[in-house]
Amino acid sequence: MQLVGAKSSQRLNDIGEGSVTLLPVEPEDMWHANNLISAEDVIKAHAVRKVTTESKTGSTHSERVHTDLTIRVTSTFFDTAASSLHVTGTVIVENSFVNVGQYHTLDLELSRPFTIWKKNGWDSVATETLQESLKQDKEGTVAAVVMQEGIANICLITEYRTILKQRVESTIPKKRAASSDQNSGMRRFFDKTLTTLMRSIDFGTPRPLLLASPGFVAGDFKKYISEEGTRKADKTMMAMAKKATVVHSSSGHLHSLNEILKSPEVLATMKDMKFSKETRYMDELFARLRKDDGRAWYGVSTVVKAVNEGAVGRGGGVLMINNSLFRSLDLATRKKYVTLVDRVREDGGEARIVSSDHESGQRLDALGGIAAILTYPMLGLDDDEDEDEGDGQNGVIEEPDLII
Amino acid sequence: MSRHQAYRNYDYENDLDEFDGQEAYDDEEEELSPEDKAQMEAGTTQVRHALGPQASKVTTAQIQEALWHYFYDIDKSVAYLVTKHIASPKAAKSAPAQKNKGEVASGTCHESSKHFSFADFFSDMPWGNIPKHREGSFIAPLYPRGGLLGGAGTPGKPSKLQQLALARKKKAEEQKAGNMDQDVQGTATQLSQLSVAQDLGVNEAGKPLSITGPSSPDSTPSSKKPGLGTLLADRKRKVADLGQVEIPPVTKPSPEPSVTTPNEDPAPEPATPSAFAQTLFGSAPAAPKPLPKTSYQLPYMALTSSVSEAFSGPSPDDVVLSAQAKASNKKLASSSSKKTGGHDTKMDQASEGVKAMNFDDAPLPKSKNLNVLKEYENSNAKKSVSFVVVGHVDAGKSTLMGRLLLDLKVVDQRTIDKYRKEADSMGKSSFALAWVLDQRVEERSRGVTIDIATNRFETDATSFTILDAPGHRDFIPNMIAGASQADFAVLVVDASTGAFEAGLKGQTREHALLIRSMGVSRVIVAVNKLDTVGWSQERFDEISQQVSGFLVATNFQLKNVSFVPVSGLRGDNMVHRSKDSEADWYTGGTLIQELENSQPLARALDKPLRMTISEVYKTTQSPLSVAGRVDAGSLQMGDALLIQPSGEKAYVKSLEVDSEPVDWAVAGQSTVIHLTHIDPIHVRVGDIVCDLKKPIGCIDTFTIKALAFDVLMPMQVDVHRGRLHAAGQIVEMPAILDKVKGTVLKKKPKVVKPGNIARVVVKLSDKMPLEAGQRIVLRSNGETIAAGLLE
Repeated sequence: MQLVGAKSSQRLNDIGEGSVTLLPVEPEDMWHANNLISAEDVIKAHAVRKVTTESKTGSTHSERVHTDLTIRVTSTFFDTAASSLHVTGTVIVENSFVNVGQYHTLDLELSRPFTIWKKNGWDSVATETLQESLKQDKEGTVAAVVMQEGIANICLITEYRTILKQRVESTIPKKRAASSDQNSGMRRFFDKTLTTLMRSIDFGTPRPLLLASPGFVAGDFKKYISEEGTRKADKTMMAMAKKATVVHSSSGHLHSLNEILKSPEVLATMKDMKFSKETRYMDELFARLRKDDGRAWYGVSTVVKAVNEGAVGRGGGVLMINNSLFRSLDLATRKKYVTLVDRVREDGGEARIVSSDHESGQRLDALGGIAAILTYPMLGLDDDEDEDEGDGQNGVIEEPDLII
Repeated sequence: MSRHQAYRNYDYENDLDEFDGQEAYDDEEEELSPEDKAQMEAGTTQVRHALGPQASKVTTAQIQEALWHYFYDIDKSVAYLVTKHIASPKAAKSAPAQKNKGEVASGTCHESSKHFSFADFFSDMPWGNIPKHREGSFIAPLYPRGGLLGGAGTPGKPSKLQQLALARKKKAEEQKAGNMDQDVQGTATQLSQLSVAQDLGVNEAGKPLSITGPSSPDSTPSSKKPGLGTLLADRKRKVADLGQVEIPPVTKPSPEPSVTTPNEDPAPEPATPSAFAQTLFGSAPAAPKPLPKTSYQLPYMALTSSVSEAFSGPSPDDVVLSAQAKASNKKLASSSSKKTGGHDTKMDQASEGVKAMNFDDAPLPKSKNLNVLKEYENSNAKKSVSFVVVGHVDAGKSTLMGRLLLDLKVVDQRTIDKYRKEADSMGKSSFALAWVLDQRVEERSRGVTIDIATNRFETDATSFTILDAPGHRDFIPNMIAGASQADFAVLVVDASTGAFEAGLKGQTREHALLIRSMGVSRVIVAVNKLDTVGWSQERFDEISQQVSGFLVATNFQLKNVSFVPVSGLRGDNMVHRSKDSEADWYTGGTLIQELENSQPLARALDKPLRMTISEVYKTTQSPLSVAGRVDAGSLQMGDALLIQPSGEKAYVKSLEVDSEPVDWAVAGQSTVIHLTHIDPIHVRVGDIVCDLKKPIGCIDTFTIKALAFDVLMPMQVDVHRGRLHAAGQIVEMPAILDKVKGTVLKKKPKVVKPGNIARVVVKLSDKMPLEAGQRIVLRSNGETIAAGLLE
């Protein structure tokens, strides 16, 4: 994303109540825009609107006009697969085509600048998001294939998100059938996976490729790529095979990415990438939770309590929060989370905003999107909660049937 | 039958031809000539006189009608009236009182066409000696209603076309009469001659009726086109012209009981094949002899008139249909209901049936409708038991089983020698025995079992199924699949120094946990490779103690655990006792004896059918065969089944149990089902075959009561149930439960610690076929974290 217009010289710190004009240049910028734009904001952008005019005789005539519209946002919709952002709102500045109060949905486009005003000013999280989006030194994206016999998940790991591009499923005959069946089944599966991979991810510019699977599938697949490359004299494929890293994973499901991203092979090359850092943060948190020593908690109410107690502060206090929580359309909710982040920073703790579109973010999502590591143990944070929501199950005595 | 169809099937050519030959259409309403009237009156009196006391049973109209038809021949009219109205009053009732000549004509046309048999069209076709069983059944084409076109309403009102036809008929009659100078007497004479000829049974009268095309003496212009249809219509018309002249079937013996009933269907005359037919079927014999009539007889042809009359009116279905059609103002089905009655209904139903069919011409497999459970009780087959072989990687599981199969002569020495040679060339001679089970190229080249291998052997009392599980941690999903099909387990432990300790930390423990959570309670511990430590009893005792220690910790009962010192490579204490003098201290049973001591688990025979598909493949028998162990219930050939989660229906074409074709299979048997009527795309490994009436539901969120092996918190997990392997997520943990009493100890814990029993809610990424009582294993990051029962 680029900052454009008269205020481009303005330093970010000076952004107060003002507006910024941004120019998205790559699909990832749309994701940033989605995080930046929230309800009640004012967006000015290029729009194509169908204008219908009625002549004196009653015949109608409609025309598509290109115009700039200024709207007050009511909702946004982000299409992950296509990386396109649609912003819906009411028009607040009249022009010759539209009246005030009419609804319009802006489709933000690449290479078309848009201007954003924040009604309630730029809070710390918004400023941080903006800064991140303007960062010039982009990390490269990594392609990954998480597979097991018969299943392959082809995905693209960018700095802020993991995009599942395609899922390949194929039936592979089991052992009973003749082994030639099995081999041809495997070849068919590899062939299908490779063509899908080539189609869904652009390998024109060399990019790292992770192949992960339990057992030998990934290794065999790498061999298959290089064999196919040699056979077809396809340089892209040969380069792909050369750049591919084979990693062990325990299953072929997408959530095995967590395991993959912390494997030594990946850490060696991609240690400083954001997704790899986030994975490590999550592992740290899970290790703490595992200990169950009262220093790690998750869930909104408990974390809020801990933060209010000042337990997430100087000396190891970490607040982990999913950025999806800030995307909340309810302004009050957003404010609540922003205050939480500010409070932790004030106390000297660390607030880590985790991208919800990575696998690590999915793990945090499972915990309610928010978790904290405290500086000192606090026990029984969840006790009150229990009393609050007594749902009458306490008294029920169950039949003593053992599971095992 | 829709009106459209009626039009389509109607032979326009006939009528059009008739039009060409006529110019005056409008005189059909002509009254009887005075002579006719006088003759009619005289005739009526004479007939009444002849009938005597029975005259009261017939109306004047009927008499006049008869007279008209027989051209005032008193004797014939009387005979006709007696048979038609007096002898069978029922028939008289059904015959409408007709006064108008036109109506008479149309009515008779109706009558004759109704009983007209289409099968006879082709009765003289030289079919080329086609075998009887290959002859198709003849379906009569839809033929137009006798009322011609537009006769939807009252039968008495002829439509325009009908009127035209009638006009033509009248004209033809008049022409005939005209040829005789309007001499009615002459006509009568001619007719009486005709009738005399018929009475004599000579074919002279029949001749003009036979479909001989242009040669017909009284040929109308229409007969110049000798198309089959035209000829038929022509013939039909002639029959109509002659009214109900009794035509005894001359050339063909009819099975119909009474030939004297005028109402009876005149059997169609065999015609010379048309030019087209001759081209098609080659030159027919000069005088085509009618084939045995049975070949193309329609089922209702043999019915007596009274039975066939039962179908002459609209059937109850038709009444309803036509009422509905009227109500909805649809023309559909209204015409079909009126004229041809039951006959057409049948065809309608048939055509609907054809539409409803999915054009899969393979017939559904026939079910024998066996009482499978009774059959199973009666069949005193050997008890069939399956066991899974588990243990740490490289403990020698596959080799042990290879040796067992070799010693039991399931595999011959030659095969082993061949494997040994091949293994030698790969530098892995010790793997020769394992290759009996490890048949995949990958497994052989890497020396590791990857997938479950199944094999069978039998002893005198029991038929065993071996499930050789992989030991490597990456293939635990496959091992779970195997363990879910097993009655008991053989845990193979490597006794060689260091290997046992490594195994205990590794998969020995995890496998023991898994088989226990899959519901296996009996374990035979095979302490393998004891020859490498010189059959040391101390080593055996040490291992026995440690293993029984953790087996007890994982809830096995010691009485269900037995230990056997073996050497898989050499075959000691497996089928035969060890010949090694150092192993004399062991006095217990051999491995095979221990196997025979094991009882199968109780089978859920009377539950609805459930079978997890562990393999899907093509065979020569069927494009889609699935294999697996029947978890519950029973099935037999011809059964309709449901495949979940696709929800597709399939039929059992045939069944195999232990590679023997059978008629039925029950829970506990390893079965191959050959399916039909299903697209292979709907069937995958891990799917469940279930009862159509009591299908398993597909759910994506479920609660399990689970024993935690690791820390549980809301996290992403792999869900395993038999072959089924899906991605899921722990959404919440509503409670930690007391181990013994099952009461709630703590509600909504943040974390569940290992060893605790908790209620856990899991959400899957897709819907899967799961139901209460199933055993679920949750894994994460390559480790088993919990196992339990679905609630």
